[in-house]
Amino acid sequence: MQNKFEFGASLQNIDKGILAEIADLKDTPKGAYNIRRNGEGMVRHSTENIIIEPKTDNPGIDITIKPNTKGETVHIPVIITETGVTDVVYNDFYIGDNADVLIVAGCGIHNCGDENSQHDGIHSFHIGKNAKLRYVEKHYASGDGNGKNILNPATIVEVGEGSYCEMEMVQIKGVDSTIRDTKAKVGAGGKLVMIEKLMTHGEQIAHSNMEIDLDGEDSTAQIISRTVGKGKSEQVFYPKAIGNNKCKAHVQCDSIIMDDAKISSIPAIVANHTDAQIVHEAAIGKINNDQLMKLQTFGMNEEEAEEIIVQGFLK
Amino acid sequence: MLELRNVSFKVPDESGTGEFKIIDDLNLTIGDGKFVVVTGPNGGGKSTLAKLIMGIEKPTSGQIVFDGKDITNLDITERAKLGIGYAFQHPPRFKGLTVRSLLSLAHGSELPEDKCCAYLTNVGLCSKDYLNREVDTSLSGGEVKRIEIATLMARNLRVAIYDEPEAGIDLWSFTMLVDSFRSIGKNRHDNVIIISHQERIMDLADELIVIADGKIRDQGPKDELLPRLLGEFNENCTLRREVVTK
Repeated sequence: MQNKFEFGASLQNIDKGILAEIADLKDTPKGAYNIRRNGEGMVRHSTENIIIEPKTDNPGIDITIKPNTKGETVHIPVIITETGVTDVVYNDFYIGDNADVLIVAGCGIHNCGDENSQHDGIHSFHIGKNAKLRYVEKHYASGDGNGKNILNPATIVEVGEGSYCEMEMVQIKGVDSTIRDTKAKVGAGGKLVMIEKLMTHGEQIAHSNMEIDLDGEDSTAQIISRTVGKGKSEQVFYPKAIGNNKCKAHVQCDSIIMDDAKISSIPAIVANHTDAQIVHEAAIGKINNDQLMKLQTFGMNEEEAEEIIVQGFLK
Repeated sequence: MLELRNVSFKVPDESGTGEFKIIDDLNLTIGDGKFVVVTGPNGGGKSTLAKLIMGIEKPTSGQIVFDGKDITNLDITERAKLGIGYAFQHPPRFKGLTVRSLLSLAHGSELPEDKCCAYLTNVGLCSKDYLNREVDTSLSGGEVKRIEIATLMARNLRVAIYDEPEAGIDLWSFTMLVDSFRSIGKNRHDNVIIISHQERIMDLADELIVIADGKIRDQGPKDELLPRLLGEFNENCTLRREVVTK
C-alpha cells in the first residue's frame, strides 16, 4: 500500500484512462477513497466521517459512514491491467442514520494478454434510517488480447426505514461476460431506485438477475433497465419485485436490439399482500425507422443517427 | 429553384395486380424566396409530395431538380446537406434525448441556452420547462409536434417543408405559431413550403398550390386563389347542408 498518493505520479497513463472512464476521476478524489489495482489495495484514504478499513477475513474493505454525514463522497475504483488476474473482493458499506452520501465504484479491465481477467465484486449495503445514498457503478474493459474480460458483480442492499437509495449500474463497453446478481430489501417508507444501463457487442454475454423484496409498509421500488444489444451478443434480464407489505413497485425494461443480437427480458412481479401495487413493462425492439429518418434529415448518415439514438437511450 | 418534372409515385393496389397512383405525373416549380402553402383534400398526395422532395420516398418516375442539379437519386442525408429540411407530420420520439440536444443536433452544433429558448418560445413552449425534458412519451403529441417545428426553425435551410404544423396544436400556441411562420417566411429560410388546411397559414403564403388525386388541381398567387378556395368551400358546405336538410 502506498503511503503517499499523487494522482499524476503514482498512476500510469493506462490507469488514468480507466479511472476517467469508470469513475470520472481525473485527479485525486476529494473525500474518502480506496483504489485497488491488480488484486491489491493500492491507496486508501479515510475522512473524519467515512472510515475505510481492510477486512481481516476476506479480501476487501469495510466502509463505515457515520450518522448525519452530509454531502461527502466515497470513490472505490478497481483497476485490472494484468492478464490472468482473478480478483474476488468483498466490500461492506455501513451507512449511518440520516447520512447523505455519494459512492462511486466501478471496475475497469485492460487486458492485452491471452488469459482471462476477472473481477467479482461482492458489495453489501447496510443503510440505516432516513439516510440517502446514491451509488454509481461503471464497468468497462479494453485491450486487444485474446483473454476475456469477465465481471460478475453481486450487490446486496438493505434499505432502512425512511431511507432513499439510488443505484446506477452501467456497463457500456468491452466486458465479454457478466453475470450480475442483485438482491435488495426495502424497509418501511424506504425507496429504492435501480437503474441498469448496459450495452453488449461482439459475442458478449450479459445476465442480470434482480430480486427486490418490499418488506416495509409504504416501501417503494423502481427498477429501470435500458439496454442495447449489438453484434451477436446475448442479454438475459430477470428483474423480480416482491410485495410483502403495503407497497408500490414499478419495473421497466427497455431494450434496443440490433444486428444478430438476442435479448430476453423476463420481468416478474409477486404480491404477497393485498395492498401491494406492482407494475411491470417490458419492450424490445429495433431502432424505429422514423427516428433514423428524422436524424438523417439533420444531415447525419444512418450510422451516425444510430449512434446518437443509442447514446441518448443509454445516457 | 426547386423543380419536379413529370414526377409519379405509384404503389401496388389492394389486389396486388394493379397500381395506385399517389402522385400522378406532377410538374411543379417553386422559385427562390417563395413562401408556398400546399393544401387540398386528405389523401390527395400532399405529404407524399413533401416526402419525395426530402428523399424519404423515391419517385417511380420523373425527376427532381434543385438549383439545376438532379437530386432524384440522392438520399435523405445528401438532400439535408444541400439545405432541404422536413418537419414530420407525426414526429418520432427519442428516449433519453433532451429537447436541448435535439435542437442542437438539428442546428449542427451545440446551441446556447438562450438560442434554444428563443426557438421554443417561437412555438409557444415555455423554454425553461422543456430544455432538459426528454423527447419521449412523457410529452404530449402537441408538445412533440411543436418541438419538431422548432428543430426545423433551428436550421438554416434553403427549403424548409412543414407538414401540417397546426395538427394537434392548441389555439393559443397556434396564434404564436402563425406569427413565427410570418417571421421565418421573411428571415430564416430561403423557401418555405407548408402543408396546411388553415386559412391563417394560407394567408401568409405568396403562392398556394392545391393538390388532389395526386395532381395539381390549382396553383396561383394567394390573393387570387385564396378567396376562390374559400368561396368553393362555402358553396360545398351550403350544398351539403341543403342535402342534409332535405
